[in-house]
Amino acid sequence: MNTHATIEAPTRELSYAEAIREAMDIALGSDEAVVLMGEDIGVYGGAFQVTGDLVHKYGEDRVIDTPISELGGAGVAVGAALTGLKPIFEFQFSDFAALAMEQIVNQAAKVRYMLGGAVSVPVVMRFPAGSGTGAAAQHSQSIEAWLGHVPGLKVVQPSTPEDVKGMLLAALEDPDPVMIFEHKILYKMKGHVPEGYYTTPIGKAAIRREGKDLSIVATSLMVHKALAAAETLAGEGIDAEVIDLRTVRPMDRETVLNSVRKTGRLVCVYEGVKTLGIGAEISAMVAESDAFDFLDAPIIRLGGAECPIPYNPELEKAAVPQIPDILEAARAIAKGHV
Amino acid sequence: MSIDMTEDSNVPYAIRTYPPEKLKDALRKMYLIRKFEEGAEDSYTRGLIHGTMHLCIGQEASSVGTCLSLTDSDKITSTHRGHGHCIAKGADVAKMFAEFFGKETGYCRGRGGSMHIADPSKGNLGANGIVGGGLPIAVGAALSAKRLGRDDVTICFFGDGANNEGAFHESVNMAAVWKLPVVFVCENNKYGMSTSIDRSTSVKSIADRAKGYDIPGVSVDGNDISAVAEAIETAVARARAGEGPSLVENVTYRWRGHSKSDRNRYRTKEEISDWMERDPIPRFAADLVSHGILSDAEVAELDADTDREIAEAIDFARSGPDPDISALTRDVYTETAA
Ligand SMILES: Cc1ncc(C[n+]2csc(CCOP(=O)(O)OP(=O)(O)O)c2C)c(N)n1
Ligand SMILES: [Mg+2]
Repeated sequence: MNTHATIEAPTRELSYAEAIREAMDIALGSDEAVVLMGEDIGVYGGAFQVTGDLVHKYGEDRVIDTPISELGGAGVAVGAALTGLKPIFEFQFSDFAALAMEQIVNQAAKVRYMLGGAVSVPVVMRFPAGSGTGAAAQHSQSIEAWLGHVPGLKVVQPSTPEDVKGMLLAALEDPDPVMIFEHKILYKMKGHVPEGYYTTPIGKAAIRREGKDLSIVATSLMVHKALAAAETLAGEGIDAEVIDLRTVRPMDRETVLNSVRKTGRLVCVYEGVKTLGIGAEISAMVAESDAFDFLDAPIIRLGGAECPIPYNPELEKAAVPQIPDILEAARAIAKGHV
Repeated sequence: MSIDMTEDSNVPYAIRTYPPEKLKDALRKMYLIRKFEEGAEDSYTRGLIHGTMHLCIGQEASSVGTCLSLTDSDKITSTHRGHGHCIAKGADVAKMFAEFFGKETGYCRGRGGSMHIADPSKGNLGANGIVGGGLPIAVGAALSAKRLGRDDVTICFFGDGANNEGAFHESVNMAAVWKLPVVFVCENNKYGMSTSIDRSTSVKSIADRAKGYDIPGVSVDGNDISAVAEAIETAVARARAGEGPSLVENVTYRWRGHSKSDRNRYRTKEEISDWMERDPIPRFAADLVSHGILSDAEVAELDADTDREIAEAIDFARSGPDPDISALTRDVYTETAA
């Protein structure tokens, strides 16, 4: 059902975190230029146990614990990428990218352009993201739209173990900086992952469920909520198509527009703050194209509430879209269609 | 019993300097911190509270010794490992627990949780989820005090790991250039998460960082409340006299893992048990008894009283009301009269 070519290799169940580790293991094993950098990624195994035991296999010279220095650490990765290494830099939490925005936004994203194409920056940065862990306002944000706003960066949000492995390997092949947002709640999620080397294309959305009545375009963890909602909707006679956007920049226009041309109804679901976010871009893409003529109902955006992520668990849930919100939105625009 | 009050006597600084009531309160606060942390850990283990927390068991002398000579209008900025600072600065443990339980009756009305507890009424500008986040804020508070003609001093707590953030260096430099009334208090517990200071920091002692900014820097036994208090008094006097900032390094140790998910792979059991033998609490209690400030019976009474206080605080916390979900976006901005 995915729009990308199916991978032929045998698969087995891995968690999302294990799939990332396997991708890094393959990369470290096959290319001396690859190094991992980040805080507590060595003997500790990473705050979310993503790097795990890789330090024991590749040593401290290739799995490098940095001091707690995000600006410097990210910048060192950028400089190393400019000059021959292929660093995979892990932020302990995506929120701490705020400390490194200078190197990400002013340097990594722009240096190739500013130098008239003389250099490129093949750096990969990984960002554990999102809410749902009770870690409150400074450890729970979804900032992919911040980085999505910057020409020069590529920004992806893989939602499955298979995709995160393939997109990390694709990111390493990409000559430009690729930012990978990994929802923390996904780390333990299991799924079939092909063995060996393969890449999953950056810039291609995946249709996770075909449907004819409305299109739900979702990112990351919201894809799973959208799929759960789609099952319930199916029981009510509403046939939802669920699109996993996968890449925030560059966005896959065609997959989204084709779906809207088919269904005439659109709900966007993403965890970042709703206003000025990913949904605004998707909506505008539709409004600026001929797909607009196919719309039978107003577009609905479901995004994060207009506040930092609160600590209290009930407030925390209320701050981001949940399955009942998706159901309500879908029912509202599917009305009269059933 | 008569006490020889001369400086060169064997009587510890704190005992020669502070009245018995203050010393007794200092011991009470050390017990309260220890038991608060144990209560928090227990509530967490029993699944009563969510999120994560960073316990300061073993570091009580640093918090209490540092805050001993402060007034309510003196400010502190704290860290992710901030429960001790908070209690030492006079916070109510019931409201702290209520915050952990995510209740409207908590210090942050359930919005902040462990990493964001603050009590501005006692000069506590707050814990911080960002390593190094409090450093420039402390300098700003000191700038306010100086410009507004207040006698206040600001104490800036930070960890050894934070000394490698750019914010540390920028902050200390500004405070030094502008001769601001701030004391930078490094709680050096030897590790920033899993990374030891030998692996992350170019100087042996954090106090040596002071040289680069031409300010006084001292390193003291952070498990000796008297040594801490003496170093802080000197630094605070200098700050109040308008002579500028100082750096005090309290060398200490955290008994527990960095947070709840730590497997302690980066340190040995022997190292942990060695440090547990240097428990700051019985050490101070023994000093108070041997110098006739308290009897054994009075120490036992403090011990029992603080147990009771913590049990009552947890009861208060558990029975409090949850925040109202409809108030999710309250306090994002200041409400102003129309
Ligand atoms: C900017 C930033 N980077 C990383 C972290 C994750 N983190 C939280 S505490 C910590 C270790 C801090 O070490 P230290 O300053 O020595 O304080 P300690 O935990 O030892 O009290 C780390 C890496 C963070 N919260 N903020
Ligand atoms: Mg430390």
